[in-house]
Amino acid sequence: MTISLKMPTHNEQVETTSQTSTNGKFAIEAKNLSIYYGDFKAVKDISVSIEPKRITSMIGPSGCGKSTVLRAFNRMNDLIPISRAEGEVLFHGQNIYDTYVDPVQVRRRIGMVFQKPNPFPKSIYENIAWGARVNGFKGSKSNLDQLVEESLKGAALWDEVNDKLHQSGLSLSGGQQQRLCIARTIAIKPDIILMDEPCSALDPIATLRIEELMTELSREYTIIIVTHNMQQAARVSDFTAFFTIDENRSGYLIEFGSTTQIFTNPTQKITEDYITGRFG
Amino acid sequence: MSSINSFREQRKKEKEKEFSSNNLPKRHLIGRIWRYIYTLSTFFGILILAVLLLDIVNDSFGYIAISEKVPVATLSADGTPLEMMPKSQLISILKEHLSKNRIKTLEKAKPLDELTEEELIAIIIEDVVQLQIEKVWGLYDSIFRKDEINAFMAQELPEATLTFTHWLDRAFITSPQSSSALYAGVRTAIMGSLYVIFITVAVAFPIGIGAAIYLQEYATDNWINQVIETNINNLAGVPSIIYGMLGLAIFVRVMAPLTSGALFGYPSADPNNGRTILSAGLTMSLLILPVIIINAQEAIKAVPNSLREAAFGVGATKWQTVWNHVIPNAMSGILTGTILSISRAFGETAPLIIVGATTYITFDPDGVFSKFTSLPVQIYQWAARPQDEFRSIAAAAIIVLMVLLLALNTTAILLRNRFSRRYQ
Repeated sequence: MTISLKMPTHNEQVETTSQTSTNGKFAIEAKNLSIYYGDFKAVKDISVSIEPKRITSMIGPSGCGKSTVLRAFNRMNDLIPISRAEGEVLFHGQNIYDTYVDPVQVRRRIGMVFQKPNPFPKSIYENIAWGARVNGFKGSKSNLDQLVEESLKGAALWDEVNDKLHQSGLSLSGGQQQRLCIARTIAIKPDIILMDEPCSALDPIATLRIEELMTELSREYTIIIVTHNMQQAARVSDFTAFFTIDENRSGYLIEFGSTTQIFTNPTQKITEDYITGRFG
Repeated sequence: MSSINSFREQRKKEKEKEFSSNNLPKRHLIGRIWRYIYTLSTFFGILILAVLLLDIVNDSFGYIAISEKVPVATLSADGTPLEMMPKSQLISILKEHLSKNRIKTLEKAKPLDELTEEELIAIIIEDVVQLQIEKVWGLYDSIFRKDEINAFMAQELPEATLTFTHWLDRAFITSPQSSSALYAGVRTAIMGSLYVIFITVAVAFPIGIGAAIYLQEYATDNWINQVIETNINNLAGVPSIIYGMLGLAIFVRVMAPLTSGALFGYPSADPNNGRTILSAGLTMSLLILPVIIINAQEAIKAVPNSLREAAFGVGATKWQTVWNHVIPNAMSGILTGTILSISRAFGETAPLIIVGATTYITFDPDGVFSKFTSLPVQIYQWAARPQDEFRSIAAAAIIVLMVLLLALNTTAILLRNRFSRRYQ
């Protein structure tokens, strides 16, 4: 069963989201994916299948292309003019790099949380409402209020901000800002949430809250997280993909499997060396 | 215990030696010298500005010696002042002293009987009495060399009266141009300048921002766009008179039917002469367009990429991202660039002279197709005259120009602050 990525309306999207679990086996699949920046091959030949409603972490040394792969999953790399992708990324059985697929629609279905918290310089309310509005939210004011409340509750932020919804999103602390970004993402009800080192700019307590939140969110969403923090990957993720760099500085996938297996019984020597801290 | 203390002493001495060995005083001295040089250059700049300002103020106020060609006292036999005379007597004075032709011209404009007494007196003062400025002194001389001025008056100009004049007064701002410095004002020029600036901003601002958005957000990095960008940077440095030539060729000549207003049925339009406010405004907008584009590009470049990513990340289109996030966040920078450009255009003279700002014009512009003059052109024309009194009104007009510039800039800065507070 395939769901068209074209011709979306807000109402349709809500329905299709509920069908995700019954749809195929994987939430998203990369097949022989290579990404180039100009002539430079940044990652080569990645094939990975992401389980739905699970947390998958991507780990590896700096420059191994894990963020690049993550950003390839919602065509965020398109923003870099010289980048180009070869191979396929299948989302509901459809290659998101097909020429007729609109990247805007891909990003609306596959949301993203970034390394540095980047709320819009608008009010907390507007931060969440804007995403709904640009996607053609047609409901009344009270529907929108409800959406904002649900999203903030979903991101475990409601209790802290419900009395100051009209203050600037930038007035919050770093951890709160990051949860606001998560709330903003779940407000548009994506199927998959990509997180690019979401805790690297946060203190341990804020990090813990985000990790708890991720576990909570994985009941409804597929989450893919890039992290430099091995403990974090071990703590939160169900599956782990380990990347490294070859002699041409291209990143590639070494091994992919359940987190328990990768961390306790890796099949590759290099994986073991990395996670035990012998290099990297 | 004492051995520990002596050990500490020794360590302390070693440390002191370590810190003093790297010629620190000399490095501090160099720093101090540079600091004095920077301070000095700042004060030098301020000093020059102060001298300029004082010079202008000096010219704008001071004593003038006025003589009457036909003394007022001789106009009536019994010495009644003009204000007390009946209308009939005023008219008879006019008829007595003026030529038949002049009376006819006056009658043609409005019959003398229908004029009010004030108007008649004004005509008598201007045409019969004919005040003439014999000599002008600056503010400094008027205050500190009063004795010399008095002596000079007694010796050289016994007929003339000495009055202290503020060249810059309410009448100066509200009167139109006149051939006599005593009656001349800058109203026409101010109106002309404001009209031109309005057109300039209305044309250059949207086009400039549009071009900047295209170049920064949409244009791919190919050679055509690189050539365009290089050219914009070059155009920003082209002398303004060249833009004047361009405006003369295109707006005044080629597009004359349009810019003269003939196509729109403007009453006094000459379809072959496009020397209007519209032409001047369009020329000025060409002049400031490169500066606006460059500044807007810089402002757009300064919007953090994370903001664009955030917007794309929630499924916004390119246009939604640009319109809702990039432009609002770049707006304060864009406005700063526009402020600078407006200030430049407001003081620009050369292209206006070429495009055809009329130097002697006594009526206010009545629309974009009107003939006009502008403040800097007026100042240029007055300053070029040989008589001292015109230099004084030029100085007064410069003060008006500076105050207007200050007002324009203040408005724009307030506007900019409002924007930057909203989006940060």
